[in-house]
Amino acid sequence: MAEELTIKIAGEAGQGMQAISAVLAKAFKKAGLHLFVNNDFMSRIRGGNNFSQLRISVNPVYTLRRKSDITVSMDKESIGLHKSAMADKGTMILDKQKFNITDNAAAFFDVPFYDMAKKAGGSELFANSAACGVVVGITRLDFRYVEDALREIFADKTPEIIKANVDTARLGYDFARSNFKSDIFSVKESKPNGNLLMNGNEAIALGAIRGGCKFYSAYPMSPSTGIMENVSRYAKDFNIIVEQAEDEIAAINMIIGASFAGVRSMCATSGGGFALMVEGLSLSGMLETPIVAVDAQRPAPATGFPTRTEQADLDFLIHAGHGEFARAVFSPGTVEQAFYLTVKAFNLAEKYQIPVLIMTDQHLADSSRDIEVFDLGKAKVERHRISKEDSKKVAGYKRYQLTETGVSPLAVPSWIEDVIYADSDEHTEEGHITEDAKIRVSMVEKRFYKKMALLSREIEEPTGYQIKDADIVLVGFGSTYGAMKEACDTMKDKKVGFVHLSQVWPFPSDHIIKLLKGSKKTATVENNAGAQLAKLIRRSTGIEVNGSILKFDGRPFNLDYLTEKISEVE
Amino acid sequence: MADVKDFMSSDPIAWCPGCGDFGILNALKMALVKLGRPPKDILIASGIGQAAKLPHYIKCNCINGLHGRSLSYAAAAKIANRGLTVLVTTGDGDCYGEGGNHFIHNIRRNVDITVIVHNNQIYGLTKGQASPTTDPGYITKVQPQGVILEPIHALEMAIALGAGFVSRGYSANSEHLSSLILEGINHKGFSLVEVLQPCVSFNKKNTYEWYSKRIYKVNDDPAYNPGDFVAAFQKASEWGDKIPIGIIYKAEKASYEEKSGLDQRPPLVEEEIDDIDITGILKGYA
Repeated sequence: MAEELTIKIAGEAGQGMQAISAVLAKAFKKAGLHLFVNNDFMSRIRGGNNFSQLRISVNPVYTLRRKSDITVSMDKESIGLHKSAMADKGTMILDKQKFNITDNAAAFFDVPFYDMAKKAGGSELFANSAACGVVVGITRLDFRYVEDALREIFADKTPEIIKANVDTARLGYDFARSNFKSDIFSVKESKPNGNLLMNGNEAIALGAIRGGCKFYSAYPMSPSTGIMENVSRYAKDFNIIVEQAEDEIAAINMIIGASFAGVRSMCATSGGGFALMVEGLSLSGMLETPIVAVDAQRPAPATGFPTRTEQADLDFLIHAGHGEFARAVFSPGTVEQAFYLTVKAFNLAEKYQIPVLIMTDQHLADSSRDIEVFDLGKAKVERHRISKEDSKKVAGYKRYQLTETGVSPLAVPSWIEDVIYADSDEHTEEGHITEDAKIRVSMVEKRFYKKMALLSREIEEPTGYQIKDADIVLVGFGSTYGAMKEACDTMKDKKVGFVHLSQVWPFPSDHIIKLLKGSKKTATVENNAGAQLAKLIRRSTGIEVNGSILKFDGRPFNLDYLTEKISEVE
Repeated sequence: MADVKDFMSSDPIAWCPGCGDFGILNALKMALVKLGRPPKDILIASGIGQAAKLPHYIKCNCINGLHGRSLSYAAAAKIANRGLTVLVTTGDGDCYGEGGNHFIHNIRRNVDITVIVHNNQIYGLTKGQASPTTDPGYITKVQPQGVILEPIHALEMAIALGAGFVSRGYSANSEHLSSLILEGINHKGFSLVEVLQPCVSFNKKNTYEWYSKRIYKVNDDPAYNPGDFVAAFQKASEWGDKIPIGIIYKAEKASYEEKSGLDQRPPLVEEEIDDIDITGILKGYA
């Protein structure tokens, strides 16, 4: 009996590793297990070597393991590539005859899945379903889980194709039940938990829809494209216009235009695209036009690793844009935070008429986890502009009226009788160009000091976990949440706690001082080389962390890597 | 009905005396008076340059944003609220240089906006460098041996890219220009109104006198058919001793609003967003 298992499916791009992992995820979810699913793929359409990893457990899971208990090699190359990442008692499922292998390694479990596919389905194309059947067979769960999963996933296919898939899976399943003698990989089913299986990109797309986004513009760029695809999928039903822009410059300027006209708007990209958006970001700050922009980070500089992960845009995002203006930067650590913070981003952007940035990374964007169904009561739209009804009463409107708070009333063009001027030059309260020094000072105070002060008052509080009496307190932002949490839960030789920031700007200095005060030892955990968070903490609070656990190989943290590194900290 | 006084702005004008922009401003006001919509229902977007200052000198809603980007926020503002009449005032540098990519793709996008390009064939605001439309050989401080780049052929480009309304006016003929602007506004989809505009400070070649000798109204010829793609392309490429103004090309094409279905429902800005029910789509992830 296993409490948890890590299953890896490896093969060439185009062989359908993600399809196998989707079927297996559905099957295990139906069996009441918790899941973390990660896809590791190369920036190519065919060939190369890609893999999908599923971690299943009777307990909730937040991150990956380093070693795989079950490895499915769908091609010969995968065998050599993934052998070293097998757990001590791990098994590798492969088709010796197909791959022309004579090695009789004890860890190999030879399954003729390509023959099974031809026999039951009439084509090698169904080998994936055989593999699904084999894996579920090894776990000794009931066949109906994989059958139901296949039927759901292929619901829009012909009855013949569905039958071919189910029959092939059945052959694989039966083969595993008869030939795989050990029960070390058997898992216990439980009542389905009703959770949702979702990744960060999907959560952001749903947050945008719930948050009232009606105009979305972007240029496709990994790993952000999933957001655009998911908003597009529901665009018609929710009256949303998704416009694929000619470049990222157009994308951000388009959402500024739509927002000026009174519509909640959003764009998403990765670091390279965000670099192009920087000019528009500054425009949003100057025009005081609310926008929401996502940077799903990937390794850079320049093109970097297009399909891999990194957290090296932290310094970039908090400073991006010429000049000084207020902004908020969220750094969700979980799929749930990605959803709720996206709704909040829209509310906050409108409330203070500022750009709000959401910084994720490929690991959060593309990894799926089972999560509790969102509480929509905690994801409510808050309006901060003059309603259509109240617009009738507006007279003598000034777009940039100087107020005590620094926030001017936000009106919708054509709803009020007055006209609205918005200008990228320094401007008067009316929005006309000026070079007056006194007005300049008032406007800078309004856009920067006053709004930053307001934003600081409603910062998303960092999470503090097991920090009391901890031997070491980890500090991270964004997608490292899961690895930090599980490291704290599982480490025995040290008492480990963590602090996680889901908002990095304005920097939550007061919270961090309070949380880290009295810590015996502190270390940041960052997917970058520059220890950007450690430096940000130091310059914002004066606190110098004792060290930084950095990873910048383009791959995410996993539980084993992190616990090993924590143990090494003196 | 709107009156010319309704469009009067109190913002002091910062153009050089004699600038062709004055004629364009007058023409625009005349067109808007004829259009008959109140200023609150009109949005003028602009970028950077002398042309981009225009929205301040007329009373309408205005976004005066970044260099070259005006088409992006103009098109999106129209998508967000199709009830607005949306115009762009831009220049040869702003529209064909810095914003060249947006010019190309917004013609393809075909949102119902009217783009007025003040083409003075020179950079005014940065004091006299070549623009994408400067005549070859013209000497500037930055091009002391004369311009060696081929000028951009914007009207031919627009026709080739599928624009449904391509026209050219002259800033010294406000009456004629205002009729082009009004026709452009009334045309469904992207409308281009390029305006030949002398720059009295920096363009010593393409002067009022130079233009007056060359310009003729293409639509005075009853045989000219602006619906004829090939004839229009030939007409658009005419430049030298004779320069045509008027409606060069006109064709009915489905606009972005029609193709996206936007025109079949209330403007996006009217959408109720207070409690959008996503429980149905959440079930898809269970």
